[in-house]
Amino acid sequence: MKTGRMLLATALVALFAGGAEAQVSVKLGVLNDRSGVYADLSGEGSVIAARMAAEDFKAEEKGIKVEIVSADHQNKPDIGSNIARQWYDQDGVDVILDVPTSSVALAVNQITREKNKIFINSGAAASDLTGKQCSPNTIHWTYDTWALANGTGGAMVKAGGDSWFFLTADYAFGHALERDTIAVVEKSGGKVLGTVRHPFPGSDFSSFLLQAQSSGAKVIGLANAGGDTINSIKQAAEFGITQAGQNLAGLLVFITDVHALGLQTAQGLVLTESFYWDLNDDTRAFAKRFAERNGGKMPTMVHAGVYAGTLHYLKAVEALKDKDPAKVMAKMKEMPTDDPLFGKGQVRADGRKVHDMYLFEVKKPEESKGPWDYYKLIATIPAAEAFRPLEEGECPLVKG
Amino acid sequence: MASVRGQMAAAPAEAASLHRAIFIGIAVFLAAAPFLLYPVFLMKVLCFALFACAFNLLLGYGGLLSFGHAAYLGTASYICAHTAKVWGVPPEVAILLGTASAAVLGLVFGSLAIRRQGIYFAMITLALAQMVFFFSLQAPFTGGEDGIQAVPRGRLFGLVDLSSDTTLYYVVATIFLAGVLFIYRIIHSPFGQVLKAIRDNEPRAISLGYATNRYKLVVFTLSATLAGLAGATKGIVFQLASLTDVHWTMSGEVVLMTLVGGMGTVFGPMVGAAVIVTMQNYLAHLGAWVTVIQGVIFVICVMLFREGIVGVLAKRLKRPL
Amino acid sequence: MFELLGIPPQALFGQLLLGLINGSFYAILSLGLAIIFGLLNIINFTHGAQYMMGAFVAWMLLNYAGIGYWWALLIAPLIVGATGIVIDRLFLARLRDLDHLYGLLLTFGLALIIQGLFRNQYGVSGLPYSIPPELAGGRNLGFMFLPNYRGWVVAASLAVCLATWFVIEKTRLGAYLRAATENPTLVQAFGINVPRLITLTYGFGVGLAALAGVLAAPIYSVNPNMGADLIIVVFAVVVIGGMGSILGSIVTGFGLGLIEGLTKVFYPEAAATVIFVVMVLVLLIKPAGLFGRAA
Repeated sequence: MKTGRMLLATALVALFAGGAEAQVSVKLGVLNDRSGVYADLSGEGSVIAARMAAEDFKAEEKGIKVEIVSADHQNKPDIGSNIARQWYDQDGVDVILDVPTSSVALAVNQITREKNKIFINSGAAASDLTGKQCSPNTIHWTYDTWALANGTGGAMVKAGGDSWFFLTADYAFGHALERDTIAVVEKSGGKVLGTVRHPFPGSDFSSFLLQAQSSGAKVIGLANAGGDTINSIKQAAEFGITQAGQNLAGLLVFITDVHALGLQTAQGLVLTESFYWDLNDDTRAFAKRFAERNGGKMPTMVHAGVYAGTLHYLKAVEALKDKDPAKVMAKMKEMPTDDPLFGKGQVRADGRKVHDMYLFEVKKPEESKGPWDYYKLIATIPAAEAFRPLEEGECPLVKG
Repeated sequence: MASVRGQMAAAPAEAASLHRAIFIGIAVFLAAAPFLLYPVFLMKVLCFALFACAFNLLLGYGGLLSFGHAAYLGTASYICAHTAKVWGVPPEVAILLGTASAAVLGLVFGSLAIRRQGIYFAMITLALAQMVFFFSLQAPFTGGEDGIQAVPRGRLFGLVDLSSDTTLYYVVATIFLAGVLFIYRIIHSPFGQVLKAIRDNEPRAISLGYATNRYKLVVFTLSATLAGLAGATKGIVFQLASLTDVHWTMSGEVVLMTLVGGMGTVFGPMVGAAVIVTMQNYLAHLGAWVTVIQGVIFVICVMLFREGIVGVLAKRLKRPL
Repeated sequence: MFELLGIPPQALFGQLLLGLINGSFYAILSLGLAIIFGLLNIINFTHGAQYMMGAFVAWMLLNYAGIGYWWALLIAPLIVGATGIVIDRLFLARLRDLDHLYGLLLTFGLALIIQGLFRNQYGVSGLPYSIPPELAGGRNLGFMFLPNYRGWVVAASLAVCLATWFVIEKTRLGAYLRAATENPTLVQAFGINVPRLITLTYGFGVGLAALAGVLAAPIYSVNPNMGADLIIVVFAVVVIGGMGSILGSIVTGFGLGLIEGLTKVFYPEAAATVIFVVMVLVLLIKPAGLFGRAA
């Protein structure tokens, strides 16, 4: 008798609790660098961003069960592709997020396509992800080499920097960044006086900076990232390059790099990013909550991209009540994006997410009110102009 | 090294039957394994086990420490990947071409390196491997940091579709068994006996009339060839050839695997490779701690377990393993 | 104004001077390594990690104890040298009679441990350490602008190298050490405490590595990986110079800096690899190294 009543009670509870919606279970994998040069701009912060997106979206209440796992690809394509393969084959991961380091991103792009899953990249720069190597399973969210070249390159030439010398990291990303920026500089009427390739990763840039100095170029373009950029800037200051009148253009600089350099050294640096925590009230609110969970460190644009990408994915899954990759990808390209971090935007046919890009200049120490108050906004590049036009990308999904 | 080398001289017939039993055991385990464990993980273990066995042929039985074995693993992997992807050859041809390139490289580098002994030999192999690394970094066909990606698995002999992990696993297991059996035959042949004599006392071997340099060159080339076989197979399995395969830390890892498993034993390197690859896989979430743990294992093995896992086992059983 | 292969002489001198500065680091590091190998027959793979520790200790002294650069130059090598003595007592002393291989593997394992621990604690981005104010700024030499600090590095390095060479080759202490490595039993019979001498010498070699680290801290970023790729280059320098030769490693260290500087002008991508080409050539022609005794 007691058992019967128990059963009835349980049945009633099950009926009314949790809603009558069908449960969709999604597993998201945050794959990035957790211990190397890009650990600060991605790392654990991206996992926090993904979690915040699932919580803010109130996924549980909408009948979507979200599980998040993470791993360290150590910036190596073989490790990254191994983890991706295992995640897709063995661990039932549906979506891979983040993946900075272009070589790993390209490998994961390939595997995601083979296994028919979804890849929302936030951290990598390679514009080939939406160009020659575009895939119906990949969305490239935050930025790419074309947008950076267009932003920083175009702006500096307009401001009078019409002769350039490039210091380039000798690997695919560095070459791509150099190539895209040279195209912008020459199109805007500038001249390229020379380029020099440094081994990647490098530690001593003095001889390369000396060559840049003797070229007499008005702008020294740094086509490198992370520790290489930081060291180039520090050593340029040491050799009196900026004092002597040449400008440094950091073609890929994150707020964490400026934090590591300090304003004294980094002041005056011009850079392009797609997100800054202090841009408006929405970004500030997000940043405050993020920093509480991230040891006081503000979010980078990569973190923001993971948040926004996860949010958009969950919206699509909710609308379809299904997680079938082809359907969800189509839905994500169909729905315009809207989130508090990037504002309104769109995912194009080639997988490129477009949004406004911002040109920033690093403040002088006396202009800053405190830690992380580093940027002043110089210009906004509207989404329509910020990214490579669809036709120019040579993406097979777009042709014909 | 003396304690490792001068190991038990148990009656050869007993040892041979023990070894046969072990090989059969391994074959049985390999046949059943894909139903228990993830096939891609198993293939990784097998490739590295073959690499370690090839390395051990040179170190444990030849007495020559090479710091640059990654050069052969990586070069074979790049050649195999390139021919499979760009030239479109079937996988068995790609693997053969990769292995052949490693053999040629081994012959050339070996003839340069064996002119010196000891630490100088090791440093030459390191320098040559660094040059291979630099070449791999600069040459356009290797793709630099990206490596060669999206290597097709193809159809073996035009018949067997290798895109299924389980099918490919059996192919790789066959290659592995063939490789280690070949190494076993080399070790237990007259050639192998002379090799051990050279390792233990080169001047005496010379005084007995053996052209020691020729023997050393042959074993060097064989070791490089088999390392190349491992590398080329790995390229097909992971459909990727990258700079990691030619970096000097890869040369260091194979030393670690051989040390942990047992230098100068037949089965030691396999065990060592299994241990290290498993550790890297299951502790991957610990990130940088894996390096620390590997360092600790190195230190413990050198200080306390110089014979390695299989070496200690062999001592207990009083049989060579 | 003539041009050498398209490069004006001013630019060339500038690059050579920069190369000399880099050579200073190679010289101090390879000096320490050459002492440890040449005199003690230990292949010290931990040298790169100990260089890194020197830089980190300098950073820690500044940030946790407020102790500045000049004191750090003295204290950091002492602290790291002390850890070296501990390593020798605990580990290396037990491997003395075995093949060199084991010493190499052990120190390689220790290097992995040390680097991994620092990486976990401090991340990889690099910690800032500023140039001491007394050495800030620079002077215009006509063909290039030379920061004062870099000039100081060359001077300090030359001084340390020459002083060490003098002690080992020309003083009695050095003579004891050289004798002890050739025939320890006989030297011990004369009443010299050979094991202690060897341990202290290892500590000294390690201290040299740490000194290089302190010198490097203001100009290269202080990060756990700073020694990792440097160590094999330094090994190459020692091998080229002749593994037992103190003078050889000093000369080769500076020489390599110059060669690298030239390479950066004409073929910059190869700058990291030119040393290995040189090493293979030297080993094939003169197997004991440029200044070495018979192999």
